[in-house]
Amino acid sequence: MTTPIATRVVAAGVLAVAHALSLTTFWISGASAQSVAAAPTGNDIINFDPWPGIRKDLFQARDIAEETSALTLEAPVRAEDAALVPLTIRIPQAIAANVKSLTIVVDKNPAPIAAVFSFGAGAGLGERVISTRVRVDMYTNIRAVIETADGKLHMATKFVKAAGGCSAPALKDADEALAALGKMQIRSFDTSGQPTSQSKPQREAQVMIKHPNYSGMQMNQLTGLYIPAKYVQHMEVRRDNELVFKLEGGISLSEDPNIRFTYADGGPGVLDVLAKDTDGSEFKARATPNGS
Amino acid sequence: MKPDHEGNGLKDLRPILDGSRTSERSRGVSRTEVLRLAGAAVLVAAVVPGGLTTLISSRVLADGGVLTVTEIAPGVFVHQGQHALFSPENGGDISNCGFVVGRDAVAVVDTGGSFTVGRKLMAAIRAVTDRPVRYVINTHMHPDHVFGNAAFEDEGTTFAGHHKMARGLSARSERYLAINAKSLGEAAFEGTRIVLPKLAVQQQTVIDLGGRELVLDAHRTAHTDNDLTVRDTATGTVFMGDLLFSGHVPTIDGSIRGWIGVISALQQSQAARVVPGHGPPSMPWPDAARDLMRYLDRVKTGVQAAIKAGKTLGQAAETVGLEEKDAWSLFTEYHPRNVSAAFAELEWE
Repeated sequence: MTTPIATRVVAAGVLAVAHALSLTTFWISGASAQSVAAAPTGNDIINFDPWPGIRKDLFQARDIAEETSALTLEAPVRAEDAALVPLTIRIPQAIAANVKSLTIVVDKNPAPIAAVFSFGAGAGLGERVISTRVRVDMYTNIRAVIETADGKLHMATKFVKAAGGCSAPALKDADEALAALGKMQIRSFDTSGQPTSQSKPQREAQVMIKHPNYSGMQMNQLTGLYIPAKYVQHMEVRRDNELVFKLEGGISLSEDPNIRFTYADGGPGVLDVLAKDTDGSEFKARATPNGS
Repeated sequence: MKPDHEGNGLKDLRPILDGSRTSERSRGVSRTEVLRLAGAAVLVAAVVPGGLTTLISSRVLADGGVLTVTEIAPGVFVHQGQHALFSPENGGDISNCGFVVGRDAVAVVDTGGSFTVGRKLMAAIRAVTDRPVRYVINTHMHPDHVFGNAAFEDEGTTFAGHHKMARGLSARSERYLAINAKSLGEAAFEGTRIVLPKLAVQQQTVIDLGGRELVLDAHRTAHTDNDLTVRDTATGTVFMGDLLFSGHVPTIDGSIRGWIGVISALQQSQAARVVPGHGPPSMPWPDAARDLMRYLDRVKTGVQAAIKAGKTLGQAAETVGLEEKDAWSLFTEYHPRNVSAAFAELEWE
């Protein structure tokens, strides 16, 4: 049983490979799918710890520090909807400016690497906050790992009770979801009152894309065949042409990918978003502050 | 509760098929003989009075279980399910189901959450009439309403549903079956399979049970994207399916805006009584929707305020709508998920 699980552990940047493997591994995870209410039982899959393999592939033998001063990860103990598990990662100002990347891992998902963010200068110097939503296939650890400019790794981990999120057809209104595919929205938030006296000014915004983010594990309603994976693979957000972040995404991101992020204050503050899915479709949006 | 047979012209066959060991066992056809037959074959061709030949699963007879039904209007029978999650103890009997008896045939509206519940519903039907079950109507795709369908397949029945139901249920079938097998346990889950509707209701379909028409209306996305209501024209009774919850907290698997819209429209129309998908067997209309609409409005308003205030989905799920907590059963099990679903929908406004 351990061999196929080992193969689903893949490095960031080759998420397409992760998907190709996911079709075979699904049957393993599917066979042991838990209802949200049910506790895990004695089972090879449930007891298997994939993290050492994932860690080795992503970070080799490098040290990973686990201290809350570097970052915090907020996740529900018990997710109400396994297809829509909200996560928030907070990186305090003291370390934020030096953070190069953020990797989100859902240990026991068929494709465990949910997202890899690479930050640019547009991310700013103040507290960095990233929120998104992931699918969770079975009771699992979820991890956020940041890498700083000096090459150090820091990690925060949360155990989440949820199951079935990867195969769940979360499309509540299937026709509406497909009709709206590609629709984008950028929301900006009034962050006044949030910064403390010593923090650098940051703005906050949210990018939303209507996209089914098919995991490859959902069945076509009419043919009875699995729907091929089709998901938002790449996203770039720029503020006044300066990179805020680049995102490589996988099938563990929920449908209608939704990223809320902080970025540097100052300048005209025009936000440009470019996203691409695995079919090569491109989605673009621009937001101009204050409606100007 | 014992059905009231008077005035319906229904044959009283309870003594044959009722396994509830009531005082009626001495009436009519020998119960002993039927039980002996039941043990002899998988399927028993039972020739019932009136010359009608009906195939009956022997399990109905051997098991002896019959759902309790209430006759809420002449010829309209409803079973009230428990307010509970699927468990081995309740066997999937956690939603309302019922049937309408016409001059020539019977229509079943929803079939319970397992094959066993379905066959107990069949036994309840056979306790009041020998007429064939020509239609099984599913009000929507959820397992607690459709997993008893297989119990009616032997009857040569037409299965009817919203035109989007087959698609929605197919997409979820593997997952629904896996989860329910686990929640119910092997014994209670046994025999449960998915039977999809063949008669797809586009907007409105009328079926005739013999001098008694049922009007099937397909609605836009509300509780799910495949909600169907069933109006019995003879009595003005409307089976609402899970468009109506009472006591059991509503669950949003479609669109909160759509649901409020559908109920608002239905509140403009008349009904002598309505049958909720979860709640009492019969309720007055439109009063029956008051609690549901208050709940949906509060969740919608609360989520909109949270979005406006810049809250995240996670924050909203922990704070919105908690003032409704004491008004509903299963609140903690379903309410936070409702808020999540409403948030993901309303943030696109």
